[in-house]
This record gives sequence, structure tokens and C-alpha cells, in this order.
Amino acid sequence: MLEIQNVTKVFGGILALTGVSLKVGEGSFVGLIGPNGSGKTTLFNVVSGAFPPSKGNVIFNGQAISGMPPNHICRQGIARTFQIPQPIKSLTVAENVMLGTIFGSQQIGTACGLDRAREEALQWLDFVGLKLDPESYPDRMTAGDLRKLEMARAIATRPKVLLADEVLSGLNRDELKDASGILQKARDELGLTIIWVEHVMHVLMKLVERVVVLNYGMLIADGDPASVSKDERVIEAYLGRH
Amino acid sequence: MQLISKFSRSGLMLLLILLIMLPFLISSSYLTHIVTLILLWSFVATAWAYMARFGMVSLGHGVFLGIGAYFPTLMFNYWGVTPWIGIFVGLVVAIVIAAILGYTCFRFGLLGDYFALVTLAVAEVSALVIMALREITGGSLGYTLRSTGRLADMQFADKRVFYFMALILLIGAMYIWRRIDKSPVRLALTAIEESEIAAASLGVSVIRYKMMITLLSAALTALGGSLYAQYVTYVSPDTIAGVGVSLSVCFKAILGGMFAVLGPFVGSAIIVSLEEYVRISLGTSFLGLSQIIFGVSLLLMIIFMPRGIMGSMSMAVAKRLNRISARH
Ligand SMILES: Nc1ncnc2c1ncn2[C@@H]1O[C@H](COP(=O)(O)OP(=O)(O)OP(=O)(O)O)[C@@H](O)[C@H]1O
Ligand SMILES: [Mg+2]
Repeated sequence: MLEIQNVTKVFGGILALTGVSLKVGEGSFVGLIGPNGSGKTTLFNVVSGAFPPSKGNVIFNGQAISGMPPNHICRQGIARTFQIPQPIKSLTVAENVMLGTIFGSQQIGTACGLDRAREEALQWLDFVGLKLDPESYPDRMTAGDLRKLEMARAIATRPKVLLADEVLSGLNRDELKDASGILQKARDELGLTIIWVEHVMHVLMKLVERVVVLNYGMLIADGDPASVSKDERVIEAYLGRH
Repeated sequence: MQLISKFSRSGLMLLLILLIMLPFLISSSYLTHIVTLILLWSFVATAWAYMARFGMVSLGHGVFLGIGAYFPTLMFNYWGVTPWIGIFVGLVVAIVIAAILGYTCFRFGLLGDYFALVTLAVAEVSALVIMALREITGGSLGYTLRSTGRLADMQFADKRVFYFMALILLIGAMYIWRRIDKSPVRLALTAIEESEIAAASLGVSVIRYKMMITLLSAALTALGGSLYAQYVTYVSPDTIAGVGVSLSVCFKAILGGMFAVLGPFVGSAIIVSLEEYVRISLGTSFLGLSQIIFGVSLLLMIIFMPRGIMGSMSMAVAKRLNRISARH
């Protein structure tokens, strides 16, 4: 359902992505790993429309989406979370999620009142298990809660595909379990297709059914977790940096 | 929180009743004149704050004021077109100009200070255009509206009509403000202000909402300019277009507090009154002095009271209430 075709992204002189091709089927749970600076976030940025690819295409449900503005891509059904959470600090926790419910999908849209959007937002807060006062402001939240809010907001757009960028970084052990559990639940209960960028390997490897590895902007491995973790090029890519 | 909103709602009602009765209570037409000016400028400052409260600080609203003021005035004097139609033309022109300017700025992602600077330049250009067309516009000497005293020409024997027109516009602007607060538009624009990319990735059309609020703000500002010109029957680049008036509109809103619906009104009331006071007690020779005083106090305001008078007040009240409720 999501097909990345030969995508290249150049920043100034830096090749952040070099001819990356990837097909992701409906309902799959894919881990995307690679050393720092290997282009994982850049790939998410291209797919979600933050910027267009320098070369190549992104096809979603048979339609080319590369070059579309991010709000259109979101409404097509691709949501993302940010590696550095981006809560809107002058909106309440509930309102942050309401952004997703109101603007993120064509079904609800801006025509419906704020009340219905709020109701639905509260359900998503419940879904991710965020137990904060929904009327509080997200300015002094823990890392774990920020991640939950980030995910609730993305899921609230009712996506078909969720691009989750490092939802575990900076979390303690309990929070790790919570956050990864949300992804699992989103896949199982909502039927989302998930691509998950993560450095916390031991958690990722247990959950995903397929792992794709980037190194220096190139796709160097693609397979099930067991075989990828034995892949020589992958080991070298990680060891080579440390 | 509920207590505050109840408080402010009854306060608003009281203010409204007072304003409706005022022209009948006071016999001095001079005082009515001053309050009319306050209402007009409050309306314009409120329209300006529509954008500013979402981080789009325009230093060029003089453009829209000028368009609103000059179009109906010139069309009436030269072609005899009634201002009732002229105002509409000015409104449309202002919207078109705002659309062009806004789209250009937003397309290229001009934010914050850069946006402010560009709009400032545009305000300067508008004054220059009026100067350049001095054959038609009267240049910096200004231009006086032909007087007929006919209702069809939007001229009234009783000047209080303008008072009520301004009051109705102001109430309308405040009502729209409240409606925006209760609509998805506020969520969208708040999100856009903090992070355009986060907003867009949640499906918010950044350019659409910025355009929407810009066009609304420009249209209302033009309307304010029109009414002002019909009221004082005199237009000049200094009083109704250009950088000076653009900045004075911002100052009114910032002083009163651009995040509170009553802020621009409070700011306008204070400044218009002070200006009158300075003019009368010190004479016109000190007009420059009052500008300097305003400039300095604007600086102090921005540093020490960034949320303006109304903003600081409501914060203080909220703190009080919190303390009281914490005690119980
Ligand atoms: N907007 C940008 N402008 C310029 N260079 C960029 C930009 N975004 C990313 N890069 C560069 O592209 C390369 C890939 O960065 P990217 O953020 O995609 O890596 P990543 O795999 O997500 O790394 P990490 O695991 O640290 O998050 C890096 O060299 C980075 O400096
Ligand atoms: Mg990254």
C-alpha cells in the first residue's frame, strides 16, 4: 500500500538518502533502524511531505503523493510522530489531540463542533493511557507523557499508516513498555500499518515482523528481525560507528 | 475559571449598556466625539489583533486603513459615487491586496520579525503611493470629503449616528473574536503559530488558515478606515495611511493586551484620551513629545507587560482565585 520508489534526498552537498526503495504492505509492522544520521527521519520527512524528495517517488494506495503538502498527505491517511515531540504548548492536552481529530481526517472535518472533537480526543487519550488532566497544558510533562500525547495526536488523525519516529528515546523502563505497547495496540486494534524508527533495539526486535536498515542513506538490509541482526553489513554498520 | 468568565461576561454587558446610553447621557458633543474615536480605533485595533494574537504581527495595517479611507472618499468626490458603494469597493480592494500580500508572505514562509518588516515596508509604500498621486489624492496635505449633508451620501446631521455605527462594528468584531475562540480556527492558528510543520502534519492547512484570518483582519480594518474617513471627512497619509498610523494601531492593541477581547478597546481608550489630553493641555507644539512618550512607554510595556493591561489583569485575577480556592 505504501511504496517508496528510488527516493534520493540531497541537502546542500549531503546525500541524506540515496535511491531508497521500499514496499510496505497493509497491516505490516516494520522497524526502520540505522546509525545516527543514516537518513531515517529524512525518509519520514519525505513520505509525510515535510519536504519533497530530490529524486524518486512515494506512492500511496496507487497515488503519487511525493510533493504534496503535509496536510494533504495526512488527510490521505499517513500520520507521523516527531523524534523531538512537538506539543502545542498554548493548547491544552485535549486540544492538542483535537487538532488531529478535526483536521486530520476528511470524515470529521472542521464542520463538526468542538464538543464532538473533544469527546473523540478524550477517547484517544484513553487509548494511549495518558492519565493527565486533559485541560492541563503540556508544558511540564514527563518524557513518557509527551510521547503518549504525540502518539494520541497522530492516531487521532485516523491514519492508515503511522510513521513513528523514536517513540522510546529518553524513557525509563516502565515508560518503554507503555510506549511500545501503544504501537502494538494501534496495529492490533486499529489495524494500522506502522513504520517504526527506533534505537532501542531489544524492544523493537521483539515487536516488529520486519526490519529495514539504513546506513549512510542507503538501504542495506531488509528482512525478519532474526536474520537482519545476523547480517554482516548491519553489524558492521553499527560497529563501524562505535 | 468559570467564575472569571462569568465575571467578565457581566462586566461586558455593563460596559455595553453604558456605551449605548452614553450619547444620550452626556450633552457634550465633544465627549461623544472622543468616544466615537475610541470606538473606531478599538474596532481597528481589534481587527489588527485578530492576526497579532496568533503571532502574525503586521506593521502595515495602514495600507488597509488607507484603502478603506481613500477609495470611498475619492470615488465620491470625483464621480459622485455614494460612499455606501464606495466602502464596499474599498473593502474588496483591501481584500484583494491582502490576499496578494498574504499569499506572497505565507508562500515564502515569512514569519515573525520578517513578516513584520515586510508589512512595515508595505505601509511605507502605501504612503508613498498617496504622495505620488497627489494630483488626485491631495498628497501629504490630505483631502477633504465634499459635504452634502445627505443621508444617501452617508452624511448625517446628527453625528451620533457614527458613534453607533462604530459601536456596532466594534461589538461585531468582538463577537467574531469570541466565535473564533470557540471554533477550530483558534486551534489551527495557535498550532500554526507554534509549529507550522507540526500543524501541517496533523492535517492543518497552514496557508489557508493564515489567509483566512489575514483577509478578515484586512477587511475589517478597511471598514474601520472607511468609517473614520466619513466621520472626520478628511483623509491624509499621516492620519489614515502609512507607517505612523500602522504603528499607533499596534500600540493601542499591545497596551490594552492583544490576547484579550477587551484589550484593544482598553488600549484605544487610554491612548485616544491621553492624546486628546496632551493636545489640549500642552498644545499642538508638543505633539512630537507625546509621540516620544508613547514610543518609550511601548518599549517598557513590551518588556514588562507583554500581555498588556487586560492580559496582566486577568492573570492577576486568576492567581488570586487560585489562591482563594487553594485555601478552601
Ligand atoms: N533539514 C535538513 N537540512 C540539512 N541537512 C539535514 C536535514 N535533515 C537531515 N539532514 C542531514 O541528513 C542526514 C540524515 O539525517 P536524519 O535526521 O535523517 O538521520 P536519522 O537517521 O534520523 O538520525 P538519528 O538516528 O540521529 O535521528 C544527516 O547528515 C543530517 O545532518
Ligand atoms: Mg532521526
